[in-house]
Amino acid sequence: MLLNQFLMLGAVLFCIGVYGVIVRKNAVLVLMSIELILNSVNINLLAFSLRNGSPDGHTFALYVIAVAAAEVGVGLAMVLLMYRNRRSVGLDDLSEMKG
Amino acid sequence: MFSASTEAAEVILKSGWFLENAFIIPIIPAVAFFLIIFFGKKMPMKGSEFGILSMFAALAMSLGAAYQWIQRVNGVSEETYVKPIIRSWTWWQNDGVSLGIGQHIDGLSITILVVVAFISSLVQIYSTEYLHGDRRYTHFFASLTLFSAGMLNMVVAENMIQLILGWELMGLCSFMLIGHWWEEGANSRAALKAFFTTRTGDIGLLVGTSVLFFAANDWTQKTLGVSGFSIRGLSAWALSGDPSSAAITVGAVALFIACIGKSGQFPLHTWLPDAMAGPTPVSSLLHSSTMVVAGVFLVARLYPVFYEGMNIYGNSVNFIVLIGGVTIVIAAALAFVQTDIKKVLAYSTVSQLGYMMMGLGAGAWLPAVFHIFTHAFFKACLFLGAGSISHSASHHSFDMKKDMGGLRKFMPITFSTWIVSTLALCGVFPFSGFFSKDEIIDNVGYAGYNFFMIVGLFGAFLTAAYMTRATYLTFFGEPRGAAAGEHHEDEHDAHASHDDHGHDAHDSHAAHDAHDDHASHGPRESGLIITVPLILLATLALSSGFLNAPAFGEKWENLKKWAEPRAEVVSVTGIAKPAGAHGETRIAAEKADGHHASPCGTETPVGGVCYAPQLKHAPFKWWKAGMSVGIVFLGMILSWLLSVQLYTRKNKKLVGLTERNKVLGAGYSFLANKYYLDTLYEKIIVRSIAHPISRGAYWFNQNVLDGIVNGAGTSTRKTAGWVYRNVDQKLVDGAVNGAGTSAENAGGALQPVQSGKVNQYGALLFGAAAIGALVLVIINF
Repeated sequence: MLLNQFLMLGAVLFCIGVYGVIVRKNAVLVLMSIELILNSVNINLLAFSLRNGSPDGHTFALYVIAVAAAEVGVGLAMVLLMYRNRRSVGLDDLSEMKG
Repeated sequence: MFSASTEAAEVILKSGWFLENAFIIPIIPAVAFFLIIFFGKKMPMKGSEFGILSMFAALAMSLGAAYQWIQRVNGVSEETYVKPIIRSWTWWQNDGVSLGIGQHIDGLSITILVVVAFISSLVQIYSTEYLHGDRRYTHFFASLTLFSAGMLNMVVAENMIQLILGWELMGLCSFMLIGHWWEEGANSRAALKAFFTTRTGDIGLLVGTSVLFFAANDWTQKTLGVSGFSIRGLSAWALSGDPSSAAITVGAVALFIACIGKSGQFPLHTWLPDAMAGPTPVSSLLHSSTMVVAGVFLVARLYPVFYEGMNIYGNSVNFIVLIGGVTIVIAAALAFVQTDIKKVLAYSTVSQLGYMMMGLGAGAWLPAVFHIFTHAFFKACLFLGAGSISHSASHHSFDMKKDMGGLRKFMPITFSTWIVSTLALCGVFPFSGFFSKDEIIDNVGYAGYNFFMIVGLFGAFLTAAYMTRATYLTFFGEPRGAAAGEHHEDEHDAHASHDDHGHDAHDSHAAHDAHDDHASHGPRESGLIITVPLILLATLALSSGFLNAPAFGEKWENLKKWAEPRAEVVSVTGIAKPAGAHGETRIAAEKADGHHASPCGTETPVGGVCYAPQLKHAPFKWWKAGMSVGIVFLGMILSWLLSVQLYTRKNKKLVGLTERNKVLGAGYSFLANKYYLDTLYEKIIVRSIAHPISRGAYWFNQNVLDGIVNGAGTSTRKTAGWVYRNVDQKLVDGAVNGAGTSAENAGGALQPVQSGKVNQYGALLFGAAAIGALVLVIINF
């Protein structure tokens, strides 16, 4: 069974995504990393769905894709506004929330 | 006597649309009631058109049903049991007990349906003129229509629960109608009195219905497949020999107490004369065809139950005859001391209801039902006549001594209809009252109650006398007071409780003034809207007696043929078929040998059930009729002579006799105070029951409840003070302050975490998620 390989692929993608979110300073790249995380989750869902022979996982993955599309839409709009106001997409500049 | 020859004759009975759908008749005015309530005020005739149209529709359907019923009866031989048209739907059911609602149409219901619909139609037309411009005109018509709906529903009722529904609907509507002008204290008191007095009797209705249900339900379910509420089931059960004498007697007595209350029998008749506080059309409807005949109708409807329970045709005097006989005399005697024309008529109604009850008690079922029928016409006519007088001649006064007299010249139509109806009420041949009342008296004697036959004749004498007195005071002699054209404001106020427009003075002054104007022109005849109903009713008062006139031989006994239930033994298989199946219904009738030898009511029926006891009919004798008419004329002449001496010649020996002679004076004040029954009820019974209770309740209130409340208040205040000092100030405030301080400290400690760096937040998030996942994994292992 290829389950292990699928899960390994998912785990690797997840780790890359988390690394990107934590390390990258560019907002667009952070968004892309989030997409990686979501897709790693999708791979896990599909893997288990195939193994259990039920279509639930497939359906759920489709939902995740739809939600991810919406999320990217909102996220990119925010990035665009940020660029318009500050002429930069660097996350280090966004430190007004410092307590 | 009864041979068990079970030759099952298959008889086909005719039916028709009106008979099968008679249950619609009460629904029409019920729907009209809601139309009037919701849309009445916006309509051109303020809602009265809905009421009148619905009553016309009900009348048309009743007449159609009557025609088809006559066809049905005429289609079969005299010995055949004519099956009533019964339809039933489940109203609600609960744990095996299901209640139906439907119709039970037989000769009795048809008779009463026609009367109720007819009188209601006329009264509604009359009211459009009589209450013209009234403040609550629309609501008056709404109540009037619902009132008729209640009575019609009671008449078609298939079971006791539906009957109670109609019965209570009438109780409610009579309360609303009697208290129509509730701004006057006396009117609302009269409405309350009517309501509470009939309610007192209604306890008997509920008790009786329950007793009969629990006694009969097993038998009716097993034998006929109907519940113990069904009127048909109860009738058959009563005659089946199944009921224990205790159960059926208790049930019948309890139901009869309800009839005493509703039909104004002694000793609960006191509400009826007070009910005159309502508008005259209401009195007319209430006293002729609805409300008060409800009690008589109930006895006639469940006649087998009363027959067995009261032991009618037995050797001893039964409860119904006794109450009926007492009521006839005491009410008639009271009518002599009244000065209010409507109260004379009210006591006359009470007395006539006594006749009906006495007839039912003595086994004279048919004459009693026939008396309901004829009485409705002439009593409605008399009341509407009294209304006509007050409307057009006496400036809204009903006082015969002060404001009437000599009116025959001014009001020829009202006068002639009044005379016809009075003769009918007194029972003069050939007016309708003769054929019904004389038959009752005759049959009471025939059944062996000789004493009560004399009571009946004495009652007829009294009736003739007090009606002659009322007629003399109203229409003969010299005009007095308002009838003579006098117009005095102080009088007006004195009669405000009967004043039709007095209450409109505030908001429709113009209409009021207009009435004052023509009242001061002196008496005159009423308009067509008032006189036409009078003429119609008088015509029927004259002619309706011929519907059942044994004086002219058997061919004239039509109501007996159509309405009297036939006492035949009917096999149960014929009944078990679904009732009300469309088209012809088949029954299997088993004939007893001989026409008058039915075992029903005397023996236990074999091989079937009975729905009605075999009744006896007194053969008509001209000499008996002549004797009673002679007594009536004697009463009239004596009363006339006395009235002339008293009221016109002012004979010094007679006027004021009650003040000079102590014995007569005592008798007069005994009557004038209505036998002190009101005093007994209000001062003694109500006070002796209500006052100790209220005093006890007051003591309990002052000492126990107030003590508890005060104690609770004081201790609450003390507790609250302690709580404030200790809990609120120290504990709660301490906790709040402590929470604030610790939150501040925690916030200071956590401040470095809020770096404002998005990546750091992300890292924290994932770190927390990783720790969470780790914990999950460890727990699941």
